[in-house]
Amino acid sequence: MSHVLQEKDQRLHTNIAGITMNTPVLTASGTFGFGEEFADFVDLSRLGGVMVKGTTLKPRRGNDGVRITESPMGMMNCIGLENPGVEVFLKETLPRIEQYGMNVIVNISGSTVEEYGVLAEMLDVEGVAAIELNVSCPNVKEGGIVFGTDPKAAAAVVREAKKHTQKPVILKLSPNVTDIVTMAKACENAGADILSLINTLMGMEINIHTQRPTLGNITGGLSGPCIKPVAVRMVWQVAQAVKVPIIGMGGISCFEDAVEFFLAGASAVAVGTANFADPAVTMKICDGLNDYLAKRNLGSIQDIVGKVQIE
Amino acid sequence: MALPKKKVTVDSRIVSQQELYDQVFQLVVKAPEVAALAEAGQFVQLRILNSSCLLRRPVGIAAADKDKGTVAFIYRVVGKGTKAISELNAGDTINVLGPLGHGFDTAAKKPLIVGGGMGLSPVFFYAAAMQGKADVLMGGKTKGELFWQELFTGKVQDIFCTTDDGSLGTKGFTTTLLPELLAKKDYDLVVACGPEIMMKGIAKIAKEHGVRCQVSLEKRMGCGLGACLSCSIDTTNGQRKKVCKDGPVFEAGEVFA
Repeated sequence: MSHVLQEKDQRLHTNIAGITMNTPVLTASGTFGFGEEFADFVDLSRLGGVMVKGTTLKPRRGNDGVRITESPMGMMNCIGLENPGVEVFLKETLPRIEQYGMNVIVNISGSTVEEYGVLAEMLDVEGVAAIELNVSCPNVKEGGIVFGTDPKAAAAVVREAKKHTQKPVILKLSPNVTDIVTMAKACENAGADILSLINTLMGMEINIHTQRPTLGNITGGLSGPCIKPVAVRMVWQVAQAVKVPIIGMGGISCFEDAVEFFLAGASAVAVGTANFADPAVTMKICDGLNDYLAKRNLGSIQDIVGKVQIE
Repeated sequence: MALPKKKVTVDSRIVSQQELYDQVFQLVVKAPEVAALAEAGQFVQLRILNSSCLLRRPVGIAAADKDKGTVAFIYRVVGKGTKAISELNAGDTINVLGPLGHGFDTAAKKPLIVGGGMGLSPVFFYAAAMQGKADVLMGGKTKGELFWQELFTGKVQDIFCTTDDGSLGTKGFTTTLLPELLAKKDYDLVVACGPEIMMKGIAKIAKEHGVRCQVSLEKRMGCGLGACLSCSIDTTNGQRKKVCKDGPVFEAGEVFA
C-alpha cells in the first residue's frame, strides 16, 4: 500500500485493527463514489480511508424513480446499491484509483451468507485495506436488512467473511433495530475487527399534492445532521459494550461533530452526506481536529476517544 | 469520454438579482474561476449558505463573462431551494461548485437551437458561444413566456417562435415548426433543452431528417460529481450513465430510443 503518513497530521495518525490511517477521518460508503470524483477538492491520501460505493457480486442497476429528496436538516436516498459489480471493480476501478494513495475500504453486500464469503475472498487482494460488511442497506429487498436486524444472521455473515479474507473486517450496524448493543456484541463475538455505525435510518416522505411517496422505492435511508444525536447515542452505547474499535458516522458535517463521536467512544469517524454540501469538508474536519488537539496540548486524537465525562 | 475537467468550489458575491418574468430570475455572481472554465451546456451546484437547504441545487449556466469574471443563471422558482436563491440580493454570498458535466458541441457549422421554457437558459450560453452562427427555435405557453426573444436578439441569426395559444409566432409546439425548418435550411446540428417530452419529439424529427441532435437532461441530483448515483439513467444500449457527470448533454440517440 502506498499509504504515506503526513507530518502535519501527526496528532491524527491512527491505527485501528492494523489499518494505518493518516487521519481518523474517512468517507462513508455511497456518498463519495470511489474517491476519484472528489480528487479536485480533497487530498485523498490525507483521509483515513475511502469506504467505496457498495459492491455486489453481480452488477445492480438500483431503484427506479426518484432516488433522493431533501428533508429537514437531512436527506433521504433510495439508490438501491447501483454498482458495476465486483469484477468490474477489481479489473477497472481498483487499478485506476491506486494512484491516490488512500486506504480503499470496500463495502460489500450479499444476498446470501455465502455471497459475503465469495466477495470477501475476491477482494482479498493488494490495494484493498479492509472490507466493510453492509448488512443494513434499507433500500434493497433481498438480504440486506435481514442480516442487519437479526444478531444470529449478522454473526453468520461476519464469520463467513472472516473465513475468506486476511483483511480486517468491518461490520456496519443498522440503527433500525430494537437494541443495537445486542447486534454489536454478536458481531464482535463472531470476529468482527471493527464496527462502523450508524447506517441510515429508514424514513418516508409523502408528496401531499400527488398524495404519493416522493421516493421511487417508497421508503429511503435518512442521513445528514438530523440523525447525528441518534448516532452519537448509539456509538456511546456500543462503545460501553464492546472492545473492538468503532468507526462512528451519522450526520457529521464539521470538526465539532467529529469530536463528539470521539468523546462518545469512536476511534475514527466517517463523513457522508456533508460531502454533497461541501466536497472539501473532510479536509476542514482534519484541520479542525488538529487545532482542537493543539489548543488542549493533546498529542494524539486517541487521547479523547471515549473520554466523555459522565458522573 | 474525455477526462473530467477541473472543478472548483468558491464563495461568490452576488452582483445582481433581477426578476425577468413572473417567478423567473436572473442571478449574476462574481466567480472568475468558474467563468474561465465554463463551457456552454455545463451547470453548477449552488449552495445556499446559512439556510435550511442541506443539498445544493443544480442550475444551468446561462452566460459566462471571462473578462468580468461573472457567471449568470436564469432559473424559475419551483421549490424551497430556488425560492431561497431568489431571496438573495446583490452583495450577498452564495457558494458555487462547478463547472460540472459536459457541454454541447461547439464545432458545428450551422446549429439550430431548440428550447422550451426554462430549457432556453443553457442554450442561451450556447448561442453566445456560437457567436451568431446559430438559429433558435423557442417554444412557450404564451407570448409572455418568450421574453427570451429579447435576450437572444443579436446573439443568433434567425429566431423562430411557437406558442401553445398562438399569441406569438406559430401556434403549437417547437415540434410543429421543426420539420419545416430542417427541410428549408442546412443545419448540421440540433441542440435541444426543455421538457423531456419535447426533447424526445425534437430528437425523433431530427433523426428523420438525418440531422445530429444533442439533448440536455435534467434529474434530481445529490453531489453533482458522479458519486451518489441519484441521477443515473439508462442509455439505449443498456448502459448506466450519470446525468451530472456523463451529461447533462447527451447525443439524442444515446438516451432516446
